[in-house]
Amino acid sequence: MLLNPAILALSIVSFVVACMMLLATGFGLQVVRHWDIGSGSELQLTMERRTYLISTLVAFSFMAELVALLLFIYNAEQISSQFVGAMCATGVLNVDPYGWPTLYLKIAIFFSGAVWLTLNHVDNKARDYPLVRVKYGLLLLILPLVIAELVLQTRYFLGMDPDIITSCCGSLFTPEGQGVAAELSGVEPGTAMLLLTVSGAAALLTGGWYLFQRKSGIAFAVTSLTTFLIALLAIVSCVALYIYEHPHHHCPFCILKEGHDFMGYYLYIPLFIATAMALGAGAIAPLRNITSLKEIIPAESRQLIGVSMLFMLLFYLVAAYAILGSNLTMVEVWW
Amino acid sequence: MEPIQLHQVKKAFNQGRPNEFWAIRGVDLTIQPHRATVLKGPSGSGKTTLLSMIGCLSRPTSGRITRGEQLLSGLPERFMTEIRRRTFGFIFQQFNLIKGLSVLENVMLPAYPLGPDHAQLSRSALELLHQFGLGTKAESRVEWLSGGEAQRTAICRALINDPEILIADEPTANLDSRLSREFMAIVDGLKQTGKTILLTSHDPVVFDSPVVDRVVEMSDGQIMDPSCC
Amino acid sequence: MKAFIRKQRYLIDFTLSSLLRRPGKNLGLLVVYSLIVFLLASVMLFTHALRSEARLVLADSPEIILQRMVAGRHDLIPGSYLEKMGRIRGVIGKHGRLWGYFYDPAVQANYTLMVPRDRQLAEDEAVIGAAIARTRGVSRGDFLTFRSTDGNAYSFRVSAILASDSELVSADLILVSEQRFRTFFGIPEGYYTDLVLNVRNPKELRKVAEKLTLRLPDTRPILRDEILRTYDAIFNWRQGIVFVLLTGTILAFVIFAWDKASGLSAEERREIGILKAIGWETSDVIRMKFWEGAIISLSAFLLGYLTAYGHVFYANAGLFEPVLKGWSVLYPEFRLTPFIDGLQLATLFFFTVFPYTVATIVPIWRAAITDPDTVMR
Ligand SMILES: Nc1ncnc2c1ncn2[C@@H]1O[C@H](COP(=O)(O)OP(=O)(O)OP(=O)(O)O)[C@@H](O)[C@H]1O
Ligand SMILES: [Mg+2]
Repeated sequence: MLLNPAILALSIVSFVVACMMLLATGFGLQVVRHWDIGSGSELQLTMERRTYLISTLVAFSFMAELVALLLFIYNAEQISSQFVGAMCATGVLNVDPYGWPTLYLKIAIFFSGAVWLTLNHVDNKARDYPLVRVKYGLLLLILPLVIAELVLQTRYFLGMDPDIITSCCGSLFTPEGQGVAAELSGVEPGTAMLLLTVSGAAALLTGGWYLFQRKSGIAFAVTSLTTFLIALLAIVSCVALYIYEHPHHHCPFCILKEGHDFMGYYLYIPLFIATAMALGAGAIAPLRNITSLKEIIPAESRQLIGVSMLFMLLFYLVAAYAILGSNLTMVEVWW
Repeated sequence: MEPIQLHQVKKAFNQGRPNEFWAIRGVDLTIQPHRATVLKGPSGSGKTTLLSMIGCLSRPTSGRITRGEQLLSGLPERFMTEIRRRTFGFIFQQFNLIKGLSVLENVMLPAYPLGPDHAQLSRSALELLHQFGLGTKAESRVEWLSGGEAQRTAICRALINDPEILIADEPTANLDSRLSREFMAIVDGLKQTGKTILLTSHDPVVFDSPVVDRVVEMSDGQIMDPSCC
Repeated sequence: MKAFIRKQRYLIDFTLSSLLRRPGKNLGLLVVYSLIVFLLASVMLFTHALRSEARLVLADSPEIILQRMVAGRHDLIPGSYLEKMGRIRGVIGKHGRLWGYFYDPAVQANYTLMVPRDRQLAEDEAVIGAAIARTRGVSRGDFLTFRSTDGNAYSFRVSAILASDSELVSADLILVSEQRFRTFFGIPEGYYTDLVLNVRNPKELRKVAEKLTLRLPDTRPILRDEILRTYDAIFNWRQGIVFVLLTGTILAFVIFAWDKASGLSAEERREIGILKAIGWETSDVIRMKFWEGAIISLSAFLLGYLTAYGHVFYANAGLFEPVLKGWSVLYPEFRLTPFIDGLQLATLFFFTVFPYTVATIVPIWRAAITDPDTVMR
């Protein structure tokens, strides 16, 4: 195992967050059991007041997880010097089989947190709190993610042995290799760009459609999520190459380094924000038929979708800048 | 403006426990707009409790309070607060000003959660203070105010969000009779501007005042003379 | 949106004034809080600076150092090994080095004596590090006399004083000529302290090292990357251990923060009651309290971090001196190169602000759910 302050901090955060989520879910279940919005009893009042505690706990947990996600990546970058063969975060995530799953879980928690907070926000605007059961039920689904993350992360850190010779981006993200990473890198850059353009256009179109017609919020969420996945693929198979100015370097993490002007952050942060908001909008879209939410949901969705589209555009601008501003010319090679 | 209607309102404290106590036991009452109404009755008869329910400070255990179409009772606290801060202004017996803050800041306080424009807010606060003869005191700290000034500050604070209904619990308990009469004069002025006024009091200066349109007598959590409704 | 931002400004305004109204209570918290930040930040900045110094030292060192081992101990290596190892692909340069340590009883310090390759020195000439010049009080042209192991005293004329980016690199360094080095330490002609090899392509390092151990079985190759890795691991590990040891302190701080947050005075309770009665909502109060926490955290963080920064980089980590004493007498004189890093800040945040906030959530919520009608009685 490797012991450094960042790893210690990440472990503490995951542990505390798991505890807080456990507490929040426990309270949430109690609230659901005793909830009776029409009653003026003291019990109902107590339950109502408890919802404030739950919201605070959950919101804070997700915020901590968000910062922890950044710290997780950043730490992996930093300790890459301690593993033979690791040049960046990829190598460190490869140190044992729990690295990548931990990262995926952290991302999943971030998105589910965004969805939950959106539901909560909408619910708090309706006089009869129509989503109480939905949102506390959802906590029951998120809790296992948080606990799984705690367990996997702990195993990941415990399994870190500096004697391990790990494989880094150079061998993982090569079209010749095997596995998902290799498949991603193997996608023709031209295809990736085409897919990215098409899915982005679809997302913006459905988003625009919603803004004018108030319809198909779910379609927007779906196209955005697809765009998110395709964007990750495109970064690996194509955009990164332009940032590295190297036709065979496919790493999704090296772009976070100072040497590449932290381009990775400018790409990932708008992309993640846009996707999180789109998912939030998608989650509340089917609730528009609830009487007390009839007016609230279209207004909130409009805001969410509008801002999400702005961030999505920002992502595309940054990606375009990365490609156009690069000295790498692959035009003859690829298309 | 619509009247506030209470329908079989009941309020229990410590419900379900051995010391359960029903402070209000079924009140039906209509409070007319643009009038001054006084709740009167012996100590412990439930005046304050009733007042806080009408003012959306607490919820009835059962029964309904409505204002026109709008249901005031049975709402979650979040929305009761929303209604309260736009509809009701409160004047408390102990004035309840926040020490250490200036008079102006105290008056502006209820508007903070609404996030109004700062310049506009302090302008209207100053206007109110001038109107109540406190223009020169705006920057002084509330600890140094005399009882009458403190109460007028409290009145300004109650008016800052321009509520339709003013609620005062024993407003004259801490004032001498001259200040009490001054207070009633202020109430008269407010009534002229169209505010609905709801008071509780033991003080004859209050309930015998010509300003008061109606006196409701309470005892043991009930209204003494239901016919008056 | 505009109203939302204005609302936050009002809340912050109110929070600030309410913090200033109770200076006593918050000052205590601020002091303890800053102290915790100071402690952790000092440890982090210090170890981090040492690590960067070490990296600086190693940056110029050769990729491979070859040592001869006799009975499991490092011994002098014959220069003939340079031919004996033959040509190895990827090695672009190789040579022998002469260096060693010398204990100076006069100031009770260890010096590093070394024969430079990039400059020719006269037999009695020496170039010394700035820290030695300071402790011995010598400057250019002065003489330094050391007694060698064979009992003879040798004088060196100081011809220059080393300047360097990092004092750790050169603090205790004395550069001398080869003849003088050999006579001073009694090292026979043709023998070296170790051999160094330059390899340009890092990917070939392991292959080269493998070949060396095959061809020269009594030697041990040391890779620079290996040293770097070990250094990193050791520094990280040390920091980790210190942090584990400090967990108790952090826990105590958390309890203190919890206690402070839940021990509201009657006055504060009344204030919250008033706010709620005049139209503040529970979540407004919670938000206001969080702003309070944020303001306290930010001030404590800045205060603690800046003092730690001064402590480590300008006061030479004076508080850690007792721990570090005996490492080298020369040490306290040198100044670490200032270095700030995002990872460090984020980690520090999780060790201080995060526990503080967690500790205050429940007390804040308890205070915020005060019945709005309490002020009526
Ligand atoms: N939070 C509480 N818990 C238990 N009992 C309460 C509570 N609040 C009020 N009561 C009881 O309810 C009854 C009515 O109280 P309330 O304050 O409404 O009387 P009041 O008419 O305003 O009296 P006064 O004229 O003295 O102000 C009292 O007997 C009081 O003890
Ligand atoms: Mg009373």
